[in-house]
Formats: sequence, C-alpha cells, structure tokens
Amino acid sequence: MSIPSELSAPPSARLAIDKVSKWFETSRGRVQALDNVSLQVAEGEFVCLVGPSGCGKSTLLNMIAGLEMPGQGSVVAAGQPIKGPSRERMMMFQESALFPWLDALGNVMFGLKRKPGLNDRERRELAEFYLKLVGLEKFMHANIHELSGGMKQRVALARALAPNPRVLLMDEPFAALDALTREQLYGDLQRIWAQRHVTIVFVTHNVREAVSLGDRVVLFSPHPGRIREEFRINLARPRDINSVEVAGYATRITRALKDYMEHGAGI
Amino acid sequence: MKRFLTALGFFLLLIAVWHWAYMRRIWSPVLVPSPESVGRYLWEIALDGSLWSSMVVTMKRLLAGYVIGLLAGVPLGFVTARVQALRDTLGVLALGLQGLPSVCWVPLALLWFGQTEGAMLFVVVMGTLWSVILATETGVRNVNPIYIRAARTMGSTGVHTWVHVMLPASLPFIVSGMKQGWAFAWRSLMAAEIYVTILTGFGLGHLLHYGRELNAMEQVVAIMLVIVVIGLLTDKILFSPCEKFLHRRWGTEK
Repeated sequence: MSIPSELSAPPSARLAIDKVSKWFETSRGRVQALDNVSLQVAEGEFVCLVGPSGCGKSTLLNMIAGLEMPGQGSVVAAGQPIKGPSRERMMMFQESALFPWLDALGNVMFGLKRKPGLNDRERRELAEFYLKLVGLEKFMHANIHELSGGMKQRVALARALAPNPRVLLMDEPFAALDALTREQLYGDLQRIWAQRHVTIVFVTHNVREAVSLGDRVVLFSPHPGRIREEFRINLARPRDINSVEVAGYATRITRALKDYMEHGAGI
Repeated sequence: MKRFLTALGFFLLLIAVWHWAYMRRIWSPVLVPSPESVGRYLWEIALDGSLWSSMVVTMKRLLAGYVIGLLAGVPLGFVTARVQALRDTLGVLALGLQGLPSVCWVPLALLWFGQTEGAMLFVVVMGTLWSVILATETGVRNVNPIYIRAARTMGSTGVHTWVHVMLPASLPFIVSGMKQGWAFAWRSLMAAEIYVTILTGFGLGHLLHYGRELNAMEQVVAIMLVIVVIGLLTDKILFSPCEKFLHRRWGTEK
C-alpha cells in the first residue's frame, strides 16, 4: 500500500441495520435497549441519531462498531455482516479516550501501527498528515493532559481518521465542550467530511447540533429504544448552527421529540 | 540548590546535636558513640574494602530476589485482576501475606533451605511478590474500560492489548507497587542477613549483627547509616525519575 492510496478517500460503506433488538441484563432485571430498529445509511451520508438518554442510540452505534452484538436482527456494513471491530469503522467517544501514556502523535500512530502493509516512515507521515488536517501540527509531541478539551477531541478525530475508515462513528463527541469550541469543531468536521467522503453516524441529544451537521436526523424514543421519525435536512453547507433555517428544523424536531416523550409511551 | 542547602544544614545540625550530646556525656559512650568514631569506622571499612564487598553481596541478593518477585508478580497481578476465581483465591492470599511482616518468613526459610543463599533469596522474593501482585491487580482493575474499547476499534486484540494498553494504563499503580515491593524486600533482606549467619557471603546485615556481638556501637550506628543512605539513593535514583516521568505524562503532578 502506498501513501497516495492511503490518502485517497476510501469507498464509503453502506450500512444496513435490519430489525435489530437488544436486551441487557441489569441488577433490576432484563432491560430492552432497542426494539425492532431498522435503518439504512447510504455511502458518504452524514446521519445523526437523536433522542433522550436511554433510547439506545449509543448501543446501536456500538453494534455498528462491532463492540456489541445485536440480540436479534442483523447489522451489515458494505454487504458483510459485522462480526467484530474493524478498522473500516472507527469510533470516537464522548471522553476523548486518548491514551495518556502516549503523546498526540503516538495516539494517532496507535491504530496505524496495527495496520499492515505500511512501513514506519509511511505511518509517521500519515499520522502527521491527519494531525495537520485537524490543525494540530504544532502539538504533535504534546502530552494529552496538556491539551484543551477541544484539542483532545481533534486528536481523537485524527486518530479515528488515520486508519482511513469507511465509516466514522461518533458518540456525543462534542457534548463535553464549551459552545465556542463546539462550533469550531462543527466547521472542521463538515470540512473534513466533505474532503474525505467518509460515512458518518453521529449520536447526540443536541437537536441543533444534529440539524447543522446531518443530511438526515433520525429521532429515537426511549424505553425501549425505537426509531420514531426521520427528517431530511435540505440545507446548503456549510451550515451555521445559529441560522434561522437550522433553528426552524430544530424547533420541528424538538416538538416531535416532546410529543413522543409525553404521549408516545406504550405505543 | 536552596533545597539542597536546607537539607544539608538540617543534617549538619543533627550531627552537631549528636556531637553535643556525646560531649556532655549524657549517656555512656558505649551506648552513644561519637560521630567521629562512627566516621572513623566507616573510613576504615571503606579503605580495607569490607564496606564495598558487603554492599555488593547485599545488593546482589536484593536485586536477584527483587527481579524474580517482579517477573512473577506483574503477570500474576494481571491474571488475578482478569479472572474472578483467582481474585477470590490468589488475591486474598496475596493480601494476607502482604500483611505478614517480612521477618516472619525467616524462620520458615531457615528450616526449608538451611543456612544457604536460597533462604535469602526466598525471603526477598516473599517480600517483593505480594505487594507487586496487589498493586498490579489494582492497576489493571482501574484501567478505564474506554481505553480497551478504543484499542479494539483500532485493531488491538489479545496480547497486544495487554502489552500496549493494559500495562501502560496501569503503570502508575505498578510503579508504586514496585516501590513498596522494594521497601519490603529491603527490610526482609536485612532481617534475613541478621538471622542467617551463612558462610556464602558477608552482607551489611551481618556487619550489623557482628557489631552487636562485639558490642561495637560505632559499627552498629555506621552500618545503620549506610543502610539508610542506600535506601535514600535507590529512591532518588531508581524511583523518583520514574514517578516524575509518570506525573509529567499523565499530568498528575501537584
């Protein structure tokens, strides 16, 4: 594998989630996290999963990542049933989950080192490329605790992008950041998504965030997690989270969400 | 530099008080020797080489036992943390035996191994092993599970996860366990050398022991000083740099 082929945008995957249900054993007994959930994600699509906590959206993300298996139903990526984690589908967590014993570059290198077909020089070049992509070329050798919350998530984004995945799974990656940093990262993420054409599944409970990022917003309701409604966001990019159009969509979706919360139980 | 001078001043003051107490003859000179006589004794054994040879003998024993304790303790700590059955058995055993003062191993070692190097080694290993097992187990159990999930998505599995994620993630705990293990090993070795009068090597503990037999208080005090200094030096040379590195990387510095 050569550097140009590594850097070329990968063919992004089509995800097919078909009638998936999932139960967890807890101390209070068996809890159903997901109930008969079906979702199709097109290649290169940016889909946001929105819903209150307990609606199973993170569980669904973990299944696409291959970290959890469905109790019933199937999860298929690019025609292949998902059997476990893969470099084709990288995950970003709410906490950055960066390794404190490595510097920023070391963290980005971690996944690359597990990728066969590259030599050390190429791995390093790739890691530097992705750190530049997220604007952190000056912080390659910084210790993780020296970075701000936003910078940590940038490193985490570079780390997730470095193995050149076809799908990027993001579990409330910006929830712990302040509003200004978050807005910067929205811009960066949209730019990188347009450039890399990777498929993104993005979990959030922030409706405005979902509207300003997603091609499509999928609304979940909790106990058990079900898909209630889908909204296609027909707005030009880049979008501004403070724009009237985004606010309009967000108001509609929030109203629907409230309806399901108030009247939807037991349906 | 200022901190060094403060420390130096403190120890000079301590020696001055000691000297003063000696000059006032508060206690019998047989019980409290003068700083000069202790210094003279140290100078003599340094010149005739017996100080260095006994230090080498002692440190060899300590290192051998310590390394064995580490090499066994870290992997045992790992499996103890991961296997519930081991946590309920080996974990409890380690907790119990770690609480056992290490000098208590000496009678058993003497009966099992006789007056041999084996007895020494056994006592030092027992001093090291349990602390290292317990610290490693705690460290591994405190690894944030999100690290392991993140590593799995990046293609890390099995042994790779253990070596490249679990081990470094639990390093702060392991290092403090290594430090405690070293302290326990050092104590148990001194106890063993005082009790085990073997002919295979003359360590610092033996010098201490014969100081008592000969009623040579300056020898007793001098060897105690040497033991204190070795303890301080290992901390400053061996463990302090490790801890500083960990604090810098992990950002736990106060």
